[in-house]
Amino acid sequence: MARTSRTRARAEPIPTPGKVSVTLTVNGVETQLELAPWTTLLDALREHLGLTGTKKGCDHGQCGACTVLLDDRRINSCLAFAVMKDGARVTTIEGLAAPDGKLHPLQQAFIEHDAFQCGYCTPGQICSALGLIAEGHAKTADEIRELMSGNICRCGAYPNILAAIEQAMGRP
Amino acid sequence: MINFDYVRAGDVAEAVRLSAATPGARFIAGGTNLIDLMKVDVERPVRLIDISRLPLRSVEETPSGGLRIGALVPNSDLAWHPLIERRYPLLASAILAGASAQLRNMASTGGNLLQRTRCYYFYDAATPCNKRAPGSGCSALTGLNRMHAILGASQSCIATHPSDMCVALAALAAVVHVAGPSGERTLRFVDFHRAPGTTPERDTNLEPHEIVTAIELPAQGFAANHSYLKIRDRASYAFALVSVAAALELDGEVIKEARLALGGVAHKPWRDPAAEQALRGRPATEASFAAAADRLLQDAKGHAHNAFKIGLARRAILRALSQAARGTPQPQWQKKIL
Repeated sequence: MARTSRTRARAEPIPTPGKVSVTLTVNGVETQLELAPWTTLLDALREHLGLTGTKKGCDHGQCGACTVLLDDRRINSCLAFAVMKDGARVTTIEGLAAPDGKLHPLQQAFIEHDAFQCGYCTPGQICSALGLIAEGHAKTADEIRELMSGNICRCGAYPNILAAIEQAMGRP
Repeated sequence: MINFDYVRAGDVAEAVRLSAATPGARFIAGGTNLIDLMKVDVERPVRLIDISRLPLRSVEETPSGGLRIGALVPNSDLAWHPLIERRYPLLASAILAGASAQLRNMASTGGNLLQRTRCYYFYDAATPCNKRAPGSGCSALTGLNRMHAILGASQSCIATHPSDMCVALAALAAVVHVAGPSGERTLRFVDFHRAPGTTPERDTNLEPHEIVTAIELPAQGFAANHSYLKIRDRASYAFALVSVAAALELDGEVIKEARLALGGVAHKPWRDPAAEQALRGRPATEASFAAAADRLLQDAKGHAHNAFKIGLARRAILRALSQAARGTPQPQWQKKIL
């Protein structure tokens, strides 16, 4: 039965949906985009705004490489349609350093602790850690590990990532 | 991904109307499961009705001493809500056992109830699956079935419901508020999800075009004696092999009231009134817990790769009930089972 209805639904001509106007404030800059509704926030950032610092890893919300801050909360940008986030503020890795190029303390901590190898997961790790620190729920190393578990590092730099986050949190 | 049309609903009534007017439309809120399923061609909506801006984001106390949780409250906000932490810590713990911090920030309360199974074959559009394509067969029955059901399954489907939050909501006897073309109604949590039977394509008893608007918790939160114990293949961020929501109300050493729900073992959060009845009036001892576990698992049936879950579930039930009785719930950041 469901197969029949699915076949019927597909057989009917579907008008090509038009593009939708989407306004995002990305790293403090208000930007208007004309996007197809199926454009993910990740693709809008990378393909339409040229902000390729945010990475596409699994594209299914399982690796965390695409993590950005949306209205100051960490999310997986691969599992969000940009059109649904119209009016939102987005912070990506490109928006963290000061205008004079001075790195954000968390970026500096990642360098000082060698908290990466290949670096592909790093923008997501840093954005996720920013969210974690702002949330304020992680007080111990175990809690940081648990609340960072949405960010996979296939090089296995976890001990150094933990050390960098602890430094940025001001933990001894 | 397929092309689709996008429309934003201004209120619940408009969302229901838009849905009824467009065959093949789907509601979208957090999107964490639906967008994923669209990427793998399992979901093919012709139109998405965005309900994420509807005013369903409050957590309010009810006249009967419980809480009413708006369907769009993000999972993370709910888990860390002061009233949930204090009065329903079992629910907070179960939420924090699931997904990742990023996903919990996106996923809605109502959407958590409606997420689909993570059965490998449901996700693989190239294989037979009665849930995805009714009548095509169940690949998991004779295929890889480590993650699959041991209770309440059928020859049509041995998929499990993936939620942790829902296991706690089942134990807490939550009530689901829905709105649809024929108005508003409520469902008991145990009646919300279905056994697969011969119609595994239906996960829930929602009628077409109905929207979950709120979850209501009764006053009894079992804050003193509870535990959510989740067993999985890695230390974090994985679906349950077995999870247990245990909640007790003690009168000295005697169990006055008991709740026991399992996750990862059935097509719905699994509760058995007989197992809970086996605990009432009994001393909070391992012998009582074992009797309840045996009752809950008496009809359990394993498949080629998941028969281990029956023994695992029994041990997890005993451990969770003893944690609850001691008042030392399993913290989700603690990877050593207490």
